[in-house]
Amino acid sequence: MSQYGSGSGSVAAPPAPPGGGGTGGTGRRARRGSASGIKGRQGMWGWLFVSPMVLVLGLFLLLPIGMALWVSLLNWNGQSNPFTGAADFVGVDNYSNVLTNDGLDRTLFMTSVRNNLYFVLLVVPLQTILALALAVAVNSRRIKGKSIFRTIFYFPSVTSSIAISTVFLFLFQGSGAVNALLKWVGITGPKWFTDANGLVWTLLGGLGIVDPDKPAAALASNGFLGLSWWDWLSGPSIAMCTIIVLVVWTSSGTYMLIFLAALQDVPAELEEAALLDGASRWQSFRNVTIPALRPVIFLVVTLGLIGSWQIFDAVYVMSQGAPGNTTLTPAFLSYTAGFQDSEYGRAAAIAFILLAIIMVMTLIQRVVLRDRDKPVRTGRRFGAIRRRAS
Amino acid sequence: MSTVPTTPSARKTPTARRPRTPAHTPTSTPAGPRVPGGTGRRVLLVVLYLLLTGIGLLYLLPFAIQIVTSFKTDPDAAANPLSLIPNPFSLDSYRRLFGLGGTGDAVPFSTWLGNSVLVTLFITAGRVFFDSLAGYALARLDFRGRNLLFSGLLTVMSVPGVVLLIPKFLVLNQLGIFDTYAAMIVPLLVDAAGVFIMRQFFLSVPKEVEEAARIDGASIFRTFWSVVLPMAKPALITLTILSFQGSWNEFTHFLVATQSPQYQTLTTGLASFVSGSLSSGTQYPLKLTAALLATLPVAVLFFVFQRHFVRSANSGAVKE
Repeated sequence: MSQYGSGSGSVAAPPAPPGGGGTGGTGRRARRGSASGIKGRQGMWGWLFVSPMVLVLGLFLLLPIGMALWVSLLNWNGQSNPFTGAADFVGVDNYSNVLTNDGLDRTLFMTSVRNNLYFVLLVVPLQTILALALAVAVNSRRIKGKSIFRTIFYFPSVTSSIAISTVFLFLFQGSGAVNALLKWVGITGPKWFTDANGLVWTLLGGLGIVDPDKPAAALASNGFLGLSWWDWLSGPSIAMCTIIVLVVWTSSGTYMLIFLAALQDVPAELEEAALLDGASRWQSFRNVTIPALRPVIFLVVTLGLIGSWQIFDAVYVMSQGAPGNTTLTPAFLSYTAGFQDSEYGRAAAIAFILLAIIMVMTLIQRVVLRDRDKPVRTGRRFGAIRRRAS
Repeated sequence: MSTVPTTPSARKTPTARRPRTPAHTPTSTPAGPRVPGGTGRRVLLVVLYLLLTGIGLLYLLPFAIQIVTSFKTDPDAAANPLSLIPNPFSLDSYRRLFGLGGTGDAVPFSTWLGNSVLVTLFITAGRVFFDSLAGYALARLDFRGRNLLFSGLLTVMSVPGVVLLIPKFLVLNQLGIFDTYAAMIVPLLVDAAGVFIMRQFFLSVPKEVEEAARIDGASIFRTFWSVVLPMAKPALITLTILSFQGSWNEFTHFLVATQSPQYQTLTTGLASFVSGSLSSGTQYPLKLTAALLATLPVAVLFFVFQRHFVRSANSGAVKE
């Protein structure tokens, strides 16, 4: 546990496994056995101290989850009291309507899942690679002005997502700065926010392989979960690409900092030893630095996965799901189902499905990070190289 | 990184660095190995600098364009979105935002600003106080159910905020405080990540000091307030900055906690102004000025207290 407290070497302290707090606590309690007179007082003060936290988190985090779970089983328009008989209890209908029953609700939900899947598929690798590249470059020992570069790259991460989205709305408009830049290199930029065409079909269309406006019959007429294969395979829409660029641009700074802290823990002598052994700079990076960073890379990837399923602010400001629902995400769909369509049951059900998706990502992260604390292969590899170095 | 064997840091090997780079300011990294091929490395270095500068410009350009555009007129911004010189130079956007005339409808910017300042002050004060109270109890006080509470805290921390949009509205509505300042402030008065940060800090404070105070007869609250808390200054500064930034930039909670324009903050006001008025002309200089002014306080804070931002990114990444 000490590694979290000091904040020195630990990178982006992952939430300690629930057992972690327990072991620390029992040790302390055993030691305090002698001073049992204070204990009664501490019990009262302890609960007094945590009562604001218990109250606020209980009322506005736990209670909402419980209440939403109940509402997700209702057909309720938000007008009456959901705990009286005024709202009909419909069981799991809200869930089956978006998951299994054919219909508009499912098509919308599956569209949002598709959009978010492509979003994740592009954002997570791009931001991880960019963050790692920036961190390695900034960490390079021969670069002067490290802190200036670090400041520049990190700054977008701390600003308001709404303000940044406003700026990007201006940059990417049809006659905006991005298209003006593209014109310099001879490219006519698309009308970003109104272009619902999928990236895959647009690119293939550009190569003359398919016609984006005429879906191949085999793909368009067959489908899966309410969406045609043509739609599933379309890739993110051009409009979604602007949100992807925005998120990669804003979040890479945070992840760069995490990588930077980790890079400072990589023993420089290992890299030196590899270089002395005749390895090229790239080989040393690939075979020494990357394995040493593997746990952190995993952390950044899972944090990215968790974060990118929650994309909401940028969608709200930049597109509101348009054009053609191609920037709709589950989070935004849940919001509109409740606040625009007054179908709170469906909204809550979508929120719970989203929660399940994110919880799975979190669980994977916790399990793997717990393994990280055990001696692993990389440790032995370090040992080998160290021995060779000395 | 507990698997990595502890390494002799730069401080222990100054001799390796001194002869090679006497003019360098002290850096925390040790010197590189002497690998032959100096010109190749110099070329590499130039390429690296060019790349970093290029990417750095890409990161700065949106902000530069934003600042410049705030001084442009509507037609100028539409015709020359990329030009970095306003022609003609205009303070119209600023005048309109602060209700000092100018052309077009006024934007209730001062209401947004006032609300943002108000809720940020309350939330920041509440978080700093309540988070440290709870963090101290979880780290130091011995009471029944503490370990259970701490595991609960860790679980709650991993609940994604976006999932709570509809649920939070349901509870606020049920409690009858929807669309009030209370609905905006109270749910944010404590944040799980802040409690976690404070707990970790208090764990690292040596126990002897408070035990001495207690033997002298100080009550538990008094020990906390006048002995422990003053020692927690660095953590408190980090927490204050984090809370300020978090509540100033908060959007989704205010979106579901209120609906009347009188409760709009800079984020919700700007969002409704920008996303709602896509049809009613562009007015980009006005929008970008509002966004710029909304960014400014956090930006100033960031440049003054950068160290604390960096620390929080590395200690509370769980917060996303």
